[in-house]
Amino acid sequence: MMFLQVVLTGVLVGSVYSLVAVGLTLVWGLMDIINFAHGDMMMISMYTVFWLYTLLKFDPFVSLPISAGITALLGIVIYKLVIKRVVNAPGLMALLATFGLSLFIRNFAQFLWTPNYRFVGESILSGKRILIADIVIGLPQLIAALGSILMTLLIALFIKRTKTGKAIQATAQSRDIAELMGVNTEKVYAVTFALSGICVGVAGTLLSGIFPVYPEAGAMYGLLAFVIVALGGFGNIWGAFYAGILIGLTEALGGFYLGTQFKYALAFLIYLLVLQFRPKGLFGW
Amino acid sequence: MNEIMKNRMLYLIFAIILILPFVLQDVNFQHITIMFLIFAGLGEGWNIITGFTGQTSFGHAAFFGIGAYTSTIMFYKFGISPWIGMILGALFAAGISAVVSYPCFRLKGHYFAIATLAVAEIIKQLFVSWDYVEGATGISIPVKPDSFWMMQFHKSKIPYFLIAYVLFIVATLVAVAVEKNKMGYYLKAIRESHEAAEALGINTTRYKLYAMMISSAVTAVFGTLYAQYILYIDPFMVFGLDISMKIVLLTVLGGLGSVYGPIIGAAILIPLSEYTRVFLGGTGKGIDLMIYGALIVIVACFEPRGVLGLFRRTKKRGAQYAKTTA
Amino acid sequence: MPRPLLEVQNLTMKFGSLVANDDVSFVVNEGEIVSLIGPNGAGKTTLFNCISGFYKPFSGKVIFDGKDITGKSTHQITSMGLTRTFQIVKPLKDMTVKENVLTGAFLHANSKREAENLTDQVLRMTHLWDKKDMLAGSLTIADKKRLEVARMLATKPKMIMLDEAMAGLNKTEIKEAMELCVNLNKNGMTLLIVEHVMEAIMPISNRVVVLNAGRKIAEGSPQQIINNEEVIKAYLGERYYAKSRQINGGI
Repeated sequence: MMFLQVVLTGVLVGSVYSLVAVGLTLVWGLMDIINFAHGDMMMISMYTVFWLYTLLKFDPFVSLPISAGITALLGIVIYKLVIKRVVNAPGLMALLATFGLSLFIRNFAQFLWTPNYRFVGESILSGKRILIADIVIGLPQLIAALGSILMTLLIALFIKRTKTGKAIQATAQSRDIAELMGVNTEKVYAVTFALSGICVGVAGTLLSGIFPVYPEAGAMYGLLAFVIVALGGFGNIWGAFYAGILIGLTEALGGFYLGTQFKYALAFLIYLLVLQFRPKGLFGW
Repeated sequence: MNEIMKNRMLYLIFAIILILPFVLQDVNFQHITIMFLIFAGLGEGWNIITGFTGQTSFGHAAFFGIGAYTSTIMFYKFGISPWIGMILGALFAAGISAVVSYPCFRLKGHYFAIATLAVAEIIKQLFVSWDYVEGATGISIPVKPDSFWMMQFHKSKIPYFLIAYVLFIVATLVAVAVEKNKMGYYLKAIRESHEAAEALGINTTRYKLYAMMISSAVTAVFGTLYAQYILYIDPFMVFGLDISMKIVLLTVLGGLGSVYGPIIGAAILIPLSEYTRVFLGGTGKGIDLMIYGALIVIVACFEPRGVLGLFRRTKKRGAQYAKTTA
Repeated sequence: MPRPLLEVQNLTMKFGSLVANDDVSFVVNEGEIVSLIGPNGAGKTTLFNCISGFYKPFSGKVIFDGKDITGKSTHQITSMGLTRTFQIVKPLKDMTVKENVLTGAFLHANSKREAENLTDQVLRMTHLWDKKDMLAGSLTIADKKRLEVARMLATKPKMIMLDEAMAGLNKTEIKEAMELCVNLNKNGMTLLIVEHVMEAIMPISNRVVVLNAGRKIAEGSPQQIINNEEVIKAYLGERYYAKSRQINGGI
């Protein structure tokens, strides 16, 4: 029973990891840019929920469209102001820019809101749980996981079915040829950053009821998202999804059987091991 | 001829750096020059594997930390001189880098970069939960009277400066020696095209391994110096992503793949981060890092080829001008 | 009695269920120019990749200079004196032309000076001397192909394999490339050439090997090949026949 409980916890956590990673893999696959500020965008979403709750008594689930909208907007602003200028820069210059951006956003948050931990007190879900046999499932965790899976599905459908989604795919294959086909790649990039923002916006909202809100809140998620994206294969949405679950499981099982201090180390170790057999990630080609 | 000229430029830079802390005898300034030398040296080391060879490492903190911990533990537990620890640390780092990067060399591009990041994070976690090295608490290096052999100086920063200076020059000359010889050409060929390099008879795996070992040994040396200078280390400080990224940032900023890159990058970034910290860091509100981050973004946006790229472009423009007017 | 330098024995290469090379055997003797021709998708480049160590063949053997090189890595094969160019050129872009060639020259040189002397020699031979300080990335396609050859020559090979070194060149450039091949051959170099430009290689080849759909369908002198029914059917067609008359008349 304990084993099942741990597995379930891992899957639930992993689903949220997946959503964060999906947002990152979109940008990475499309523009070959490592966005170090990805986790920090999530942190902004968490603060949005926190302030809406504290000041206006909005329930986190009511805030969802607002916080997702804000991070989407943030994504577009980041693209227009920064990424656009470095997307064709040689070497690792784009990485330099996103790293600077991450430092800026994180410390801006600290400047405005101090480094203290804050909590979104009550939501309609907090404290509620489901009991199946001996397995306890926290409702906030369950909703976070289901919401993340749903969101991943929506993003995947968007990419696959809509015209804009197809334009994104075409641009990822070759920017020049997409341009020749009449795709406005500038717009495609901006839309992708907005989508990426929505992913972390939703993930941040879903997590804000479970975890404390503070300037570094997104840092570990951002870092794990790198590993998950690479584990799944760059630009591969379902790859990122399954890799997220795998990392969640590794963390939960490893944390339970070996001690929580090793859970992140194990997540990184899984990456190194899998890549020995699949040098381009689980679903890479 | 050109090569001699270039080296002259390097010696001029060495000479200018040497007089800095004597001209401006301000403790803060001396501290910044020491940090500058440490990070410029780290950049020189990192440049060998990433700038020359094209294998991006986001995990050099691993080797920095190994250098710092090797000498510190030997001193802390057995009272052995940090100089011996420094040499052993460099050897350890080279050995460990060989073992961990050999299987990773099959990975291409970002997959390799993320793997190096993973390695550094794993090593950090191991040190955090390793009681023998005091885990997350870290180690305060016991204070001893001023001594060259024990690499501790409390009366003045000048001895630290001189040690950092010599190590920096060694690191730079190692990079120059690699670049100007067969190895440098081989590494650059690997960077430009793996297949072409193989077809030219280059054992790509072996040369990548050599580059990684030299690079991590150089990095470890500065880890020891840093530990002796700050006199305190913990896993988050020396194995953290911050250190890895700082090395990446300053080299990219200055000019990736050039011996001058890390020197220029460190000369900009280190005073920037140290001065913002001194003047604005006291508030505890993160203004210093905020400004630091914003400035990095601005530089990246407006000079995407690195500062060295800017120099080269102006020089080229000048040359073109000379040509058209001649 | 000619001495065989490269022997390909029953080489088969598969990618999953796709058979790219099926039981291919042929020999290149020392001092020969042998051409490998065939329509697109015949498996020529795959065969090159198997010989030069980029792929490990599924079965069969490759013998070079009396030694079994099957499954050896590319750099080992190059060190033994067999090297190649790439169909899609791979210049070391951010390095100058001279540095490109120098990188190859280090292979058998004992000092940088020796490597530099060899580099100068190769640069003059391949008419790249005037462009030695240009960045390889900024060269024209013809010069990039020339650079591929130059870099390869700097490794002091016994035998070279050219993968479509003339595709995309204009008539003058093709003629220069042909002359270079002939000159190298006169100085004792053995060549294996994959080429689409028939009119360029037919006149200079000693023998021609024809691949179609992964199999060897013919081998013989250029004259035999252009008269071979099966080859004409599979590949060359009337168009070539007429064209080759025209070109040969022109030279």
